[in-house]
Amino acid sequence: MIKSVALVPLFPLLGFIITGLFGKSLSKSAAGIIASGAILLSFVVSLLLFFHLNNAGPDVSHSVKLFDWISAGKFNADLALLIDPLSSVFLLIITGVGFLIHLYSTGYMHDDEGHNKFFSYLNLFVFFMLLLVLGSNYLVMFVGWEGVGLCSYLLIGFWFKNTSYNNAAKKAFIMNRIGDLGFLLGIFLIYVTFGSVSYSEVFEQAKYYTSDEPVLVAITLLLFVGAMGKSAQLPLYTWLPDAMAGPTPVSALIHAATMVTAGIYMIARSNILYTLAPASLHVVALIGVITAVFAATIGLLQNDIKKVLAYSTVSQLGYMFLALGIGAYTSAVFHVITHAFFKALLFLGAGSVIHAMGGEQDIRKMGGLKSHLPVTFATFLIGTIAISGIPPFAGFFSKDEILAHAFAHNKIFWLLGVGGSVLTAFYMFRLLFLTFYGKFRGTHHQEEHLHESPKSITIPLMILAALSVIGGFIGLPEAFHAKHVLKSFLSPVFADSDLRMLPAEISHSTEYALMALAIVIVTVVVLLARNKYVSKGELPVADGVALSPVSKLIANKYYVDEVYDTIIVKPLHWLSGIFYRVMDIQVVDGFVNFIGKGVVWSSSNLRLAQTGKIGYYVFVMVLSIALLLLYISY
Amino acid sequence: MVQETMANSLHGVPINAYLTLSAVLFSIGVLGVLYRRNIIVIFMCIELMLNAVNLLLAAFGAFRGDSNGQVFVFFIMAVAAAEVAVGLAILVMIYRNTRSTDIDSLGKLKW
Amino acid sequence: MTLYIFYFLSFLAVLSAFMVVYSKNPVHSVLYLIITFFSIAGHYILLNAQFLAAVHVIVYAGAIMVLFLYVIMMLNLNKDTEAQKSNYLKLAATVAGGIFMIVFIGSLKGVEKIENLSAANQSAGLIKNLGQVLYKDYMLPFEMASILFLSAMVGAVMLGKNELK
Repeated sequence: MIKSVALVPLFPLLGFIITGLFGKSLSKSAAGIIASGAILLSFVVSLLLFFHLNNAGPDVSHSVKLFDWISAGKFNADLALLIDPLSSVFLLIITGVGFLIHLYSTGYMHDDEGHNKFFSYLNLFVFFMLLLVLGSNYLVMFVGWEGVGLCSYLLIGFWFKNTSYNNAAKKAFIMNRIGDLGFLLGIFLIYVTFGSVSYSEVFEQAKYYTSDEPVLVAITLLLFVGAMGKSAQLPLYTWLPDAMAGPTPVSALIHAATMVTAGIYMIARSNILYTLAPASLHVVALIGVITAVFAATIGLLQNDIKKVLAYSTVSQLGYMFLALGIGAYTSAVFHVITHAFFKALLFLGAGSVIHAMGGEQDIRKMGGLKSHLPVTFATFLIGTIAISGIPPFAGFFSKDEILAHAFAHNKIFWLLGVGGSVLTAFYMFRLLFLTFYGKFRGTHHQEEHLHESPKSITIPLMILAALSVIGGFIGLPEAFHAKHVLKSFLSPVFADSDLRMLPAEISHSTEYALMALAIVIVTVVVLLARNKYVSKGELPVADGVALSPVSKLIANKYYVDEVYDTIIVKPLHWLSGIFYRVMDIQVVDGFVNFIGKGVVWSSSNLRLAQTGKIGYYVFVMVLSIALLLLYISY
Repeated sequence: MVQETMANSLHGVPINAYLTLSAVLFSIGVLGVLYRRNIIVIFMCIELMLNAVNLLLAAFGAFRGDSNGQVFVFFIMAVAAAEVAVGLAILVMIYRNTRSTDIDSLGKLKW
Repeated sequence: MTLYIFYFLSFLAVLSAFMVVYSKNPVHSVLYLIITFFSIAGHYILLNAQFLAAVHVIVYAGAIMVLFLYVIMMLNLNKDTEAQKSNYLKLAATVAGGIFMIVFIGSLKGVEKIENLSAANQSAGLIKNLGQVLYKDYMLPFEMASILFLSAMVGAVMLGKNELK
């Protein structure tokens, strides 16, 4: 049974090969069926593996070696797959949500000329994502890590005829590269320190290190730099909002549910290293909570439906890092799961809206879609409630668990976390109200064409909506005297960390009070938003209208892109300009041209030595022979 | 009896003398090539150089009591004879075309 | 005695070789060259290579030089038609040749140590021995020489034809 884990990444790979190589000769429906079917098969295998692990007893970590990959001197890396509760949970998210998004794409991308190419990319992405999660050493994870980065690039720039989309793709790729450098250096340091890159060997040896040893702090910080890039944390988050240039299913799959959670997976996988480096954990928590609030504030004043969701994703990822940083690894994974459900749902719902609006993404030009798109509205509402943290929907439990741990760990983190969740509730309901309530603000032409999306789009929405409703029950808080299913399932993975540092707990009464507080605040905020955008019918101001200084700062995303442009891009341009003019044109070109001109000059002069007079040749020859003899004899 | 006198006569002359003689003859050949403009004379000087080498080969062969040296002289003669035949034919052709045996009239092979 | 003969022949060879270079009439050059060849043939006899001497006279003096003379007469070359280099070039040529000779002879220093092994085999130059070596050890080159002659003959005939087609 365990051996069949190799099938999980195999199916998407086959799907990629078939749709990629024969994409031109396959019909659209055939390509869609092959690609979706491949993911469905992977999902079935993942499900079987999950149940197998669930019933297997204490021995839950299995490594399946496929072949020797690199073997050079003392260095050895196998292509081996690791199946344990953590990777199993991620497998289910990737293949499950992945399948729903594939299904959705068959409807969403149906009229696109790159339909088959799109599916081959999606399958390739799923393959690399599975490799990332399943790899049993850091090197295989790195291959997957780079692979998903590549697919992300390809899919963001999927409509490559648009230059700004291509720039967004390049931005994502380059920002990820900065993070990947950190990740790679971290792997090097791991190899230098432990003499291996395999998880089992590294973690086994790491147990004998004392807490906060400098080398462990260095390793974990370097790995975290990688996670920052991939999971869009401060200061490397700016690519994710731009990545919304890709097709909406891509935003849902890659930039909400799976790829951006790779950083969380990586830290959860390396939990023992982080537990032994509390300094790094502190950095992780700090970055996470700041990102959570920072991105949420930007989300308040965005007018592009997908941009709002993108900043929301950055913010939610910040919560996950906060959870990791305070040692609540299970809570982070829990939030990954629920977030995958409701954020994929929200993105797909947004896609459905965009589909209905004929490509319009600006919420100022929507409104009143409730009656036109009933299914989309209902599911979007569920997603919004889930992300805002209103019980009993999924987001409540996972977010509450993180906030409860934060409260026990550090009150300031808790305060910021609550603030972030209040902002989240506000901007999400703002989005909902502006999109679905009020009067339609688009063109007459758009209004006539408003229609509910086809079944292939609404069915995934409904399934995800159902999951967003019930998903939270896998992790009921202890305060409810219920079993935390996820925690007990994942406990073997975090056992060594839990021995050293249990996430701080709070009493049940405190937890009740916190929950009640959170619910009350969120409800008040939702009512505020309703009052502002439904009752008063306020609209975000049009472009070009003067804003108050604070609003202007937020609406322009704190000018982070501009700051990066000024402190990094411009100096680099300036420096490369200098290098181009001085090093390239003058030094390198000058050197090459000097050699070329030297040859031309010397040969044009030297050819005059060839006079054609035989007497002269003989003369030179004789003297040369004389010299040669002189040289030989003396 | 005759052989013996010959053998003795060889004793009187050191190998060095033959070396010097050959070197001088060869150098005179080189000098001729440099000095003259007439292709035929230059050709003759080349023959002279060949003979200088032949003489040295024969001398070494005799001093070492080895007949291989003399055999090589035969081959050089054969090559020289063939060379002269073809060379003179070419020379006649050149004369027909340029009405001259001046080596400086053949200066076309240049830049 | 032999030493005197050697010096005489050497003197004759060098002198006539000089005359080859310096005589203004090409016909004289040929005649001087013949004298040189004869003195070299004398040297061969001194070296116990009587057969070689005979062949040398026949091939060089008999065949090659006659060919030279024949060509010179055919082209009607004489002192008047002879082109001369300028004095400046002649001086340069003489100096260069002299330098070459000095360096050449100088570079032969140290060969005196070669031992005189004449006693080893004095019959090396006899026809009998030469025939043995030539037809046994050098069979293949010997046959190749015949092909060389054939091709030289064909080449000469082709070149000598009036019109090349």
